[in-house]
Amino acid sequence: MFDIDRWGEIFQSMSKNKLRTVLAGFTITFAILLFTILLGMGNGLKNTFQTFFSRDAENAMFIQPNRTSKAYKGYQSGRQIEFTNEDIEFVEKNYGDKITSLIRRNRMHVDFAYKNEKDDYELIGVDPGIQFLEMSTPFKGRFINELDIKKKSKVIAIGRMTEQDLFPKGISAVGKYINVGGLAYKVVGVFTDPGGDNEERLNYIPITTFQNIYGNNDDVHQINLLYNPKLSTEQAITLGNNLVKDLKKKHTISPRDQRAIRNTNRAEVVQGTGQVSAGLDMGIFFIALGTLIAGVVGIGNMMVYIVKERTKELGIRKALGATPKSIIMMIMLEAFFITSIAGYIGLLIGTGVVKFMAPLLEEYGIMNSNVDMGIVIFATILLMVSGIIAGYLPARRAAKIKPIVALRDE
Amino acid sequence: MIEIKNLHKSYPMGKDSLHVLKGLDLHIKEGEFVSIMGSSGSGKSTLLNIVGLLDEHDEGEYFLNGQKIEKLDEKKAAVLRNKFLGFVFQSFNLISYKNALENVALPLYYRGTSRKERLKTAMEYLDKVGLKDWAKHLPSELSGGQKQRVAIARALVSRPKVVLADEPTGALDSTTSDSVMDLLKEINREGMTVFVITHEEEIAEQTDRIVRLKDGVIISDEKVNKNVKA
Repeated sequence: MFDIDRWGEIFQSMSKNKLRTVLAGFTITFAILLFTILLGMGNGLKNTFQTFFSRDAENAMFIQPNRTSKAYKGYQSGRQIEFTNEDIEFVEKNYGDKITSLIRRNRMHVDFAYKNEKDDYELIGVDPGIQFLEMSTPFKGRFINELDIKKKSKVIAIGRMTEQDLFPKGISAVGKYINVGGLAYKVVGVFTDPGGDNEERLNYIPITTFQNIYGNNDDVHQINLLYNPKLSTEQAITLGNNLVKDLKKKHTISPRDQRAIRNTNRAEVVQGTGQVSAGLDMGIFFIALGTLIAGVVGIGNMMVYIVKERTKELGIRKALGATPKSIIMMIMLEAFFITSIAGYIGLLIGTGVVKFMAPLLEEYGIMNSNVDMGIVIFATILLMVSGIIAGYLPARRAAKIKPIVALRDE
Repeated sequence: MIEIKNLHKSYPMGKDSLHVLKGLDLHIKEGEFVSIMGSSGSGKSTLLNIVGLLDEHDEGEYFLNGQKIEKLDEKKAAVLRNKFLGFVFQSFNLISYKNALENVALPLYYRGTSRKERLKTAMEYLDKVGLKDWAKHLPSELSGGQKQRVAIARALVSRPKVVLADEPTGALDSTTSDSVMDLLKEINREGMTVFVITHEEEIAEQTDRIVRLKDGVIISDEKVNKNVKA
């Protein structure tokens, strides 16, 4: 196989028959190129699909108390359940090891005003962890931090749209004071949110400030949390169920009351989208497989043609003493060489095109097109093996033809 | 060198079979210059193919250099061809993308000779046929006579026991035919057994022994030209 003379023969045959070599290689290059591009676009589609469901962190839970719907242990149904800081401590104590961030979230609608502009916005008191749960990014200034919580500061992080609505163009809100329901809050930052315009009209203040000013109590409207991302989807769903069960027990709610505490667990959504993703994967798989099969058939055709074209040459070689094995090796090594080089070129161009296309496709809503190198390399190897097998069958036939028959071939 | 006894060969043609060689007996000794004469369809090409191990006989016995030829697989046939036989074809059968030198060196490649050695030997034989200066030319850049000389050099390069020439002048004009025949005579004088197949009387007359074939049987076998050679 690593005989220099043999490779010399092969390189000569390839370089002296450039058109044939290029045509054979083109089939492979094109198959790998198409495969890579299709795979890249398919992955882009999948990513797009997933981002529809990824406005918030994937490992988030939102636990919301409501009115009870069942009478239980002397309590009538219809009782309003309320969380307090104590419930947060309870969750922290029992589930702290599975939770990376525990967030209190209170909300109300208030009029915001800056100079002459005035409108109604949602004011939310939170712990700083909300930034990661909502995946908000402060692009000016900063977010609410622990020091704000401790000092119960009257500071506010406003959404990008809030700033756009209230502040004149070109004026940064950071450092300005805005009137929130009659109280002055200092804007410390402006954030963007992948949830779009609506979530960019939310405005965050420290939860302690909220509790202190609006009610002077320790009420918590909603418990948000980020669970440890290492938990599997099933473990996360169990965690959510257990949390609700314990909270029900603590608040003396019937275990069968489905309304009193509602948990929106992203893990359950992930499970659902996972199935759709799997469907998309299947689709991509079949398209890619089809492309590959077309490539394999292409190589097969090409090899049959090459052997046919060379029949006479092979006959001459046999008359001069070439053994069947040396004929087969010559054809197959050539096939192997052409497919590997051509496949590699297709791989390079394909990944290049996908990289180049990705930003253009984003304008059409196909996000983050990319290819898994491992899969593309696997496809290239598959085509190489196919090329060799496709080369083997006609090569064996050629090696079996009697030289006299081959020599007669014109 | 070549001994054939009661050789039969037929080709299947649909349901029937075409009986081409009908019991040939032929003995060619080392150093002979023999021609097989016959019109087309007489079976002369079939005989050459069998002698050249390019085809197999059905019945009878064939000894090449004392070795009985029977049930050869392709690999053994390839090795024997490479070792004992040199071919010259009517249509030259040079590989179009190899230059003259590389074409001549090819049999040595299949023998496993080193590159340096085989290019050196090939050059010697090209020189012998007077084409040293054409070594780097492709067959398409050579005249018919030159191509046949290259083919002869290629047939000789592996130092075979027998050179088999199938209508070696069939594609050449009379002047170049003569020069090719002169070359064959010369190598015969040096001791090589030469076996020519032709349908041209003038070509056959230049050999030492003419075997005439008609309808698959030998109708005459005569020695000629003894005086010319002497």
